Amino acid sequence: MAKVLVVDDSSSMRQMVSFALKQAGHEVTEGRDGNDGLSKAQGLKADLVITDVNMPGKDGLELTRELRKLPDYKFTPILVLTTEAGPEKKQEGKAAGATGWLVKPFDPEKLMSTVNKVLR
Amino acid sequence: MSMDMSQFIEAFLEESFEGLDHMETELLALSEGDEETLHTIFRAAHSIKGGAGTFGFSAISEFTHGMETLLDRMRNGQQEATPEIVNLLLRAVDVLRGQLQAARDGGEADPAEAAEVRALIEATLGEDTPAPATGGGSDDAGSGNADGGDDGASGGWRIDFRPHADMLRTGNDPLRMFEVLEELGELTVSSQPDGLPETLEGYEPEASYLAWTLELRGDVERADIEEVFEWVEDECDLTIEPLETAGDSAGAQAPADPPPDGSGPESAPAGSEESAGGAPARTASKPTESSSMRVNAAKIDALIDMVGELVITQSMLTDISEQLEEDPSRVEQQIERLRSGLAELERNTRELQESVMGIRMVPIAQVFNRFPRLVHDLSGQLGKQIDLQMEGELTEIDKTVLEHLGDPLVHLVRNAIDHGIEMPDERSAAGKDPTGRVTLEAYHRGGNVVIEIRDDGRGMNSDRILEKARAAGLLRPDQTPEPHEILQYIFEPGLSTAEKLSDLSGRGVGMDVVKKNIRGLGGNIELHSEPGRGSRITIRLPLTLSIMDGQLLKIHDETFVIPLIAIVESLQTEPENVKQAFGKLPLYRLRDEYIPVVDLAALFGQAEPTPMPDRALLVVAEADNQRVALRVDDLLGQQQVVIKTLETNFRRVPGTAGATILGDGQVALILDVAGIARMAAGRDTRAA
Repeated sequence: MAKVLVVDDSSSMRQMVSFALKQAGHEVTEGRDGNDGLSKAQGLKADLVITDVNMPGKDGLELTRELRKLPDYKFTPILVLTTEAGPEKKQEGKAAGATGWLVKPFDPEKLMSTVNKVLR
Repeated sequence: MSMDMSQFIEAFLEESFEGLDHMETELLALSEGDEETLHTIFRAAHSIKGGAGTFGFSAISEFTHGMETLLDRMRNGQQEATPEIVNLLLRAVDVLRGQLQAARDGGEADPAEAAEVRALIEATLGEDTPAPATGGGSDDAGSGNADGGDDGASGGWRIDFRPHADMLRTGNDPLRMFEVLEELGELTVSSQPDGLPETLEGYEPEASYLAWTLELRGDVERADIEEVFEWVEDECDLTIEPLETAGDSAGAQAPADPPPDGSGPESAPAGSEESAGGAPARTASKPTESSSMRVNAAKIDALIDMVGELVITQSMLTDISEQLEEDPSRVEQQIERLRSGLAELERNTRELQESVMGIRMVPIAQVFNRFPRLVHDLSGQLGKQIDLQMEGELTEIDKTVLEHLGDPLVHLVRNAIDHGIEMPDERSAAGKDPTGRVTLEAYHRGGNVVIEIRDDGRGMNSDRILEKARAAGLLRPDQTPEPHEILQYIFEPGLSTAEKLSDLSGRGVGMDVVKKNIRGLGGNIELHSEPGRGSRITIRLPLTLSIMDGQLLKIHDETFVIPLIAIVESLQTEPENVKQAFGKLPLYRLRDEYIPVVDLAALFGQAEPTPMPDRALLVVAEADNQRVALRVDDLLGQQQVVIKTLETNFRRVPGTAGATILGDGQVALILDVAGIARMAAGRDTRAA
């Protein structure tokens, strides 16, 4: 079981991701947007962060950059959810410090196989 | 793992509708070079696209793709926000809304309009739009790289993996990657420490210095291995080659990098997208209109507070009963405490009730928000200049009432613009501002929500209405109603005053339907108009459908409740006004109208019909434009009653709209006046 922080401004997407993770036995904390995600991350010491890229206020890449500055999140896997499959978008994610990405649309199976790449 | 996606679809649809409303509002408010607004609009389109793909609505996702691309160009300054483009995007919003509604209700959206709008968007974008790659199927499936015959090498693979120093800083863990490889086949790992610095000087504890040579034996696809290294392809040196040829063909194969566009491994899971794209779509039609709603978190917090107070009051009452048991001598004092405890309980219960009701209340802005768009479109089509004012958008109203309010309001606003507001030159000639004003206002008054639709147009022509009403046989030629009564005939069926049915307001529904809908919600509608100065329509609606103001009646020792809003008047009969005909319901003459008198006890089969006494108490009630007089034994008090449906626990009972529990615990049936009128009409014809 791992502690996973799921950040997405779309509640349906957040619910779906959380549900799949909980079914797999993980403990999920949800963040409504980048700022909420950042404040939830502090003190949580999550084992994995999954964040949407496109969010109002602080977007997923900014969140990733700020998380990487926190000692607790220096090496924590951070997966970004994006609809852009192009190389430059991926590069942007990597440059911000993301571990990997998950391209929308995805189904729960794809989500879990991706999560399993970074969680033991 | 299989998962029922339908449970999230409702949430997706709800937030998508919200997103569309938002897009519409922002598009209407869009002014040149407004970057922040464009970002917001883009983000809404983007979210809908992503969600639609994930929850299996590939058509919606594909449609949104073009919009998104267009919006992206606009926010990057590559495309100007001309009125044509804004109108095109508004049309696209409509198409999307239709598609989402079809997804929700199981119907089908208009494919022609979608195709047309899509073609227009694509034409605007030019030829260089990439085909939408969402929704599954369009990606090249399977092992998307064309590395020749070695991608399924049965012997196994030799992998040389040399992370760059910074790889760990993105959270990628080589050991975890090896674990994933181990699941694919038999793995042997040997580390290559040659990259380690010789001294600790300059050694960075967070950097990666090691390299590995891995041998993976078994029937493994190259694409599966590449997927493991997908995220680090730019952060390591990687070669993957078949084991048998590892020695001799190393030069030819290496470097076996992923496809040059860097997107190769992405396409690998295309097979699984099919399930995302297929299965949920079939279940998507299930969620119904109003089965879920968003509630402001503050309302929930208030409820929790109140339940807390209730618990405190309860423990106080428990304490009093214990004290009474222990020391019966101080009864007087304890009774005093008991009284105040009960008063507290009453207050708690009332507040709790109000708060629970409040959860169903939503701001009327949810309906008002569609009008800026409507007015924008109509003024364009009709060449009229219109200034729409909205007031009291935060007035709260029951969600169910709100859902049924949209169509009537649209009709009334269309009417005001189409028939009320004059053309600019006509207005100027009449000394008015060429820009007409339509005002929508909502406010609370005395337990009701009042909505006013006002315009400063030409007003209603009461002579024409009177003429039409006479022609339609709604009143006798010699009858001359009061001026304000004349106007109300516009709500009668078959009365349309439009000289020619215009494309706008003449569409299907008339004012009679509007009135019927409003009455159906337990409300009423009134019209005031001044020639040349405009019209005002006032709609009064109950705050909620689950509580209503009722009049308690006594009929044959049973208590009934009749909705206060249905009562026209109550009166003592005058014998000379009663008309009895054999086998028919008695009629009572009230001014110039004959109203059937219903003996409820007989109607419900409680008692044999009794002849009408000389002096009886009648309650004249009206619903759906039908009047009936109910014979009652006594008028009791008026009070608010909570409506409980009979259908859920029993079955539908004709002539009743449900039941309620009175203060003394007695159950009283709530009368459905329209139903009784229908039953009475049926009985009348049968007997005749």
